[in-house]
Amino acid sequence: MYSDKVMDHFSNPRNVGEIENADGVGEVGNAHCGDIMKVYLKVENDIITDVRFKTFGCGAAIATSSVATEMIKGKTIDEALKLTNKEVVESLEGLPPAKLHCSVLAEEAVKAAIEDYKKKLGA
Amino acid sequence: MNKRVYMDHAATTYTKTEVLQTMMPFYTELFGNPSSVHQFGREVKKHIDTAREQIAKALGALPEEIYFTAGGSEADNWAIKGIAYANRKKGNHIITTKIEHPGLLESCKYLEKEGFEVTYLDVDEYGLVKPEDVERAIKENTILISVMYANNEIGTIQSIAEIAGLAKERKIYFHTDAVQAVGSIKIDVKEQNIDLLSLSAHKFYGPKGVGALYIRKGVKIISILHGGHQERGRRAGTENVPGIIGLGKAIEIAVNTMDENAARIKALRDKLIQGVMEKVPYTRLNGHPEKRLPGNTSFCFEFIEGESLLLNLDIKGIAGSSGSACSSGSLDPSHVLLAIGLSHEIAHGSLRLSLGDINTQEDIDYVLEVLPPIVDRLRQMSPLYERVKGGK
Ligand SMILES: Cc1ncc(COP(=O)(O)O)c(C=O)c1O
Ligand SMILES: [Zn+2]
Repeated sequence: MYSDKVMDHFSNPRNVGEIENADGVGEVGNAHCGDIMKVYLKVENDIITDVRFKTFGCGAAIATSSVATEMIKGKTIDEALKLTNKEVVESLEGLPPAKLHCSVLAEEAVKAAIEDYKKKLGA
Repeated sequence: MNKRVYMDHAATTYTKTEVLQTMMPFYTELFGNPSSVHQFGREVKKHIDTAREQIAKALGALPEEIYFTAGGSEADNWAIKGIAYANRKKGNHIITTKIEHPGLLESCKYLEKEGFEVTYLDVDEYGLVKPEDVERAIKENTILISVMYANNEIGTIQSIAEIAGLAKERKIYFHTDAVQAVGSIKIDVKEQNIDLLSLSAHKFYGPKGVGALYIRKGVKIISILHGGHQERGRRAGTENVPGIIGLGKAIEIAVNTMDENAARIKALRDKLIQGVMEKVPYTRLNGHPEKRLPGNTSFCFEFIEGESLLLNLDIKGIAGSSGSACSSGSLDPSHVLLAIGLSHEIAHGSLRLSLGDINTQEDIDYVLEVLPPIVDRLRQMSPLYERVKGGK
């Protein structure tokens, strides 16, 4: 059902965990629909130097969380904001159609964390 | 090769070698059409009659009350729609429960669109239907009560005789979906006042795609599959002969070995339940502690999601199932888990391990070794668990 790439990220998820005193934190989804993703960012000079995630969800949710964090690490905030659900799915070599909705969370969680970072900057 | 442990017998079982051996000649030398007049047909017809007798004997029914179908779903569809349309003049109200199999629930929903009225009864926290709720739901125009014998997800066994008795007193037909129960627990349709009963061979070590509907003599029902005169004019289509032969053999073996098998599987089941509950914190057992199918275990592990648990178990060779939304492909978790009062969040973390006659103590030990660290690892990456640990 899942590609080898999905199973790789699912069985060995990258960047799992939390960041203490993170510069930005975003949490999206809810337990009602079955997937929650939380992203922590460390930002230095506008560049994402570290990123961690925690996810409650299915195989697709965990794999997209993992690959999305890999894709934005080392990127500037503006670059990371351009991350799309489509790119995440493509880098996983596709997802079953019924699982596409689970992958939207990754994009949303990254955006929420960046928003939080910007808010903290402004404050 | 890696270790493989199959604990999804509620989804389907393997076909026993003995069963398969009785089926094989019906693909080759005994190929006649049982409706044919010649001896090729007649000899096959004889064997179909034997299978019908084997099923009747297993259920305490008469052979002429057994009708072959293409499985449990067809039997459910036939029972519900067949009774509804045949008795429409008498009334249009049907009573069933919220925890039925989709084969039954979707038939009821279809009938609602056709102008029938359906009451879906609640169940208690163990998944039990209260007979007094059935009684209260009965109306002047009630024509059918359908309550599943045992639930496929949580294994709860209903008080069938009591509920069927209520129906009988009021001259209302009583149907039970016994797909999960047949072959595992003792059933007697006459003693229990059951008018219609659905069964499916692949749940008791028979072949897939074949089942039966027991229809008590005198029950008014219409056909839903029209055509030839097979099954005494009630269910058209050339018989799935090898399947029917296999069904007969499988049910005979299941009933003959029931006591011994049930005791052995039940002992393994209880060890598994006890072990999981001891080793994994924040876990609940779904279903009834005693009124439970011999092979069923069903758990909810808080803070994690069922599909990711299944995938991790699968990597370790363990086959189970889950009622989480993401494993079912819908947005909602299992209707059964919601009906027993679980929140969406808890229901997403469900795991069913259903045991069968191939499982051993070694399998239980293996699951108890592999499962707890998987649950723990998923919890460590769950934002929900983090809140609990943080005391929030
Ligand atoms: C309770 C119950 N009813 C009906 C069915 C459907 O049976 P079948 O797969 O033979 O159509 C099943 C099997 O999944 C079941 O568990
Ligand atoms: Zn999902």
